[in-house]
Amino acid sequence: MIPEIGHYALILALCVSVVLGTLPIYGAAVGNSMLMSVAKPAARGQFLLVLLAFCCLGYAFAVKDFSVLYVASTSNSQLPIQYRLAAIWGAHEGSLLLWVFILSIWMVAVSFLSTHLPEAMRARILAVMGLVSLGFLLFMLTVSNPFERLIPAAFDGRDLNPLLQDPGMVIHPPMLYMGYVGFSVAFAFAIAALLGGTLDATWARWSRPWTTVAWCFLTIGVAMGSGWAYYELGWGGWWFWDPVENASFMPWLAGTALIHSLAVTDKRGGFKAWSVLLAILAFSLSLLGTFLVRSGVLTSVHAFATDPKRGLFILVFLAVVIGGSLILYAWRAPRVGLGGGFSIVSREGMLLTNNVLLVAALGAVLLGTLYPLFLDALDLGKISVGPPYFDTVFVPLMTPAIFLMGIGPLAQWKKANLPELAMRLRWAFAVSAATALSLPFLIGKWTPLVSLGLMLAIWIVTTSVVGLRERLAHADGSSLMGRLAAVPRSYWGMLLAHCGVAVFIVGVTMVKGFEVEQDVRMNVGETSTVGGYTFRFDGVREVKGPNYIAAQGTFHVSQDGREVTVMYPEKRRYNVQNQTMTEAAIAPGLLRDLYVSLGEPVAGGAWSVRLYHKPFIDWIWGGCLIMALGGVLAISDRRYRLAWRRKEAAVPAATQMARQTVS
Amino acid sequence: MNRFLLPLAAFLVVVGFLAVGLTLNPRELPSPLVGKPAPAFSLPQLHDQAKVFSPNEMTGKVWLLNFWASWCGGCKEEHPVLLHLAQSGEVPIYGVDYKDTRDEALAWLQQHGNPYPLTAVDEAGRVGINYGVYGVPETYVIDKAGVIRYKQIGPLREDTLQAKILPLVRELQKQ
Amino acid sequence: MRWLLLFILLVPCLAGAEEARPLADNPQAEARLKHLAIELRCLVCQNQTLADSNAPLAEDLRREVREMIAKDMSDKDIIEFLVTRYGDFILYRPPLKATTTLLWVGPFVLLIAGATALVLALRRRQKKLTDVSLSEEERSRVAQLLSEGAKRL
Repeated sequence: MIPEIGHYALILALCVSVVLGTLPIYGAAVGNSMLMSVAKPAARGQFLLVLLAFCCLGYAFAVKDFSVLYVASTSNSQLPIQYRLAAIWGAHEGSLLLWVFILSIWMVAVSFLSTHLPEAMRARILAVMGLVSLGFLLFMLTVSNPFERLIPAAFDGRDLNPLLQDPGMVIHPPMLYMGYVGFSVAFAFAIAALLGGTLDATWARWSRPWTTVAWCFLTIGVAMGSGWAYYELGWGGWWFWDPVENASFMPWLAGTALIHSLAVTDKRGGFKAWSVLLAILAFSLSLLGTFLVRSGVLTSVHAFATDPKRGLFILVFLAVVIGGSLILYAWRAPRVGLGGGFSIVSREGMLLTNNVLLVAALGAVLLGTLYPLFLDALDLGKISVGPPYFDTVFVPLMTPAIFLMGIGPLAQWKKANLPELAMRLRWAFAVSAATALSLPFLIGKWTPLVSLGLMLAIWIVTTSVVGLRERLAHADGSSLMGRLAAVPRSYWGMLLAHCGVAVFIVGVTMVKGFEVEQDVRMNVGETSTVGGYTFRFDGVREVKGPNYIAAQGTFHVSQDGREVTVMYPEKRRYNVQNQTMTEAAIAPGLLRDLYVSLGEPVAGGAWSVRLYHKPFIDWIWGGCLIMALGGVLAISDRRYRLAWRRKEAAVPAATQMARQTVS
Repeated sequence: MNRFLLPLAAFLVVVGFLAVGLTLNPRELPSPLVGKPAPAFSLPQLHDQAKVFSPNEMTGKVWLLNFWASWCGGCKEEHPVLLHLAQSGEVPIYGVDYKDTRDEALAWLQQHGNPYPLTAVDEAGRVGINYGVYGVPETYVIDKAGVIRYKQIGPLREDTLQAKILPLVRELQKQ
Repeated sequence: MRWLLLFILLVPCLAGAEEARPLADNPQAEARLKHLAIELRCLVCQNQTLADSNAPLAEDLRREVREMIAKDMSDKDIIEFLVTRYGDFILYRPPLKATTTLLWVGPFVLLIAGATALVLALRRRQKKLTDVSLSEEERSRVAQLLSEGAKRL
């Protein structure tokens, strides 16, 4: 009964989305206020219906209703409750429901937080989001129904893939989807602006917070995916440039370019058409990612079970949505005004150079991901494009971007003076270069890449310090605290986010440069020393889990004779799917991770064991977290809080503009 | 106006490729050995361990080389097609038992029928690697000069046999 | 004397736990294998390297590579051996040939094209925009608005 209610709720949601996607847009085009006012209640109604459907599916999982086909194929009676619920998004159909659910969350958020927008704009934004949800709902109801029944009901389920039975599964997909789907808001803003012809700096100002929030979520989502792969897959890697990983990284690159481009459009009214195009690009890449993961066009560890029929539907949807937006763009964008002028060497110029570099990097990732498909389609043979390609191509493209990250915030708007900039930055450059050249020798090994990585990271930090000092020197207020308080939060957000990048670079550089791995055969009582730490193997015993049986090893780790920790790697055999999984033991630390992976029993009662010492690896995900926090800080800036509190602009627009350029 | 249409044009090109991609199989690996001489080997025979089989014994004849194993599901699927082909006598099929145990292979042929005049045993899988085998079943069409002319990846189906393989075999036999 | 002998026999046990042996018989060869295997693809997996895969074919191929290393074959020869049999698909680093030129050159071409487009677009803007200077009246209005805004801050 409950699954049928869920199914019916989805059908109703589809009807609502048809209404939402058509009436408000028409109303906005002809100026009919009544039609436009349909948008808000329709969006909220759709949210409630999808929420109902989502809860119905959750209920089916919670009570182990194996008469629902989807529940029977992704769950099991022995599966613990948290994974039974996470299994909602464990396979294709349910993850689509999650997509639509998160889209409706963003829709309802926009409906509540957009009171300062003109009615026509709000109507168009919600309508565009409604059209997107229409496509997904239609997709679900035709070829991917999560509520399909299995008659007769299965006695027990096929179980969730053991790799997914992990806390990461509970948080990573929702976070990632919040980011992916969040770019639909920026997309909707862009389309609404193109439709209405109101493409100006104000549009950029409204778009920015939504885009930044989506970007924060995506940053955390991608970082979580990487962290999860690290501790779950058992071989210590954290990024493989796998097609599905790239599918989540490309929207991130586009989103990063977008938040920088919106800064130019917001401040100087320039490059509006480009910002709009980037917004369309970011969301297009989200949709492309959805296609790549489910169509079977590319091979990946992360891909859902594939079905070309589903792939065709998504491709047609993709073509319609993106093709339509790009036609609209080609039609309306040429009429957009140019905004304020600026020279090539200026903060605007540098922000746009950042855009060029990010888009080139994005293009490189897209090229590498799709190239095997291109060649195969043209019957030119089959190749593989893997980490060696991406690492070779990505680093040279991002290095200038990071170098610019130090100069950009210090450059003046409209026209910057290069010799003057060089003067202001000379100490930062000297310190970065000197430290980067000498530090690797102190650690133990010098390679050009390590030196480059460290230099870029230190460069970001030193230039941030220089920028902050200059800022404080010009701020109002007599005391240091007063001057610090005068610095707006958006500036702190930028500093924090940029420093997050520096932390990330340190993590990557140190791990790649100084990681140590050792494959040993250990008998009980034997020791092995890796990276200064001594690991003593103290045997293996059998441990029973809720739905698995494991061989659990015990390792006592000491450094300079003092015991540091005890580690328990496992080799699990899950009861239902009869799959063996390696559960590595990780001892995380601020400056290093210790990683132990249990292999196979070998002759003589010994075990093959893999030991790793990974310096600074947690800085990789720590850096991403700091980046996201920077984004959050930037959104909490006063101008957005003021905008939320005030219904209409009480202050004349001109004064508002003046205030913005001062901060 | 032109440069504003560029994104749309680029997008349509990508969509075109993705559409073609839906019809392709990214995991199928065509063989680089097609058009090259079949790698030489000398393997013991399944039914008579004292004797060996080598492809150069087959020079002057057009023949099929089929890699199979008793543990392989797809081999069971294609077996009726092979038996039917063997009965027709149009082209001989020689088997290579890949990474299998002798007893299980013999029992399997006993149970399902034996279309092969003889079967060679590749226990370690080395000959398979030389032929670029990455999964069984795989079948090669080899011509009179000992050159590989076609590789069938996966189970041999009746329609592929009639549409592609038999016409090729007939053409090669005329040479 | 007897006690001395016993003591000598006991000392190795008292000296501490034994150091574990490396898993491979020849660690240098194994290091070479690892260096090669992380750039080779497991052909039957869903996108994994030859080094990380547990598939039977991957183990067979690693065995082949180990034997080739033992025969002192160069990296280039080992890769050629595998490519002759399995094609370029087995390489995660696509070789530079006519069909992959676009792949290797593409990103940098894109960068240069983007940078050129940016410079041209900015130059075009400069020509289209004329700098309008403020009149005296407008200047005083700006000053008034700025001070008004500062008071409200």
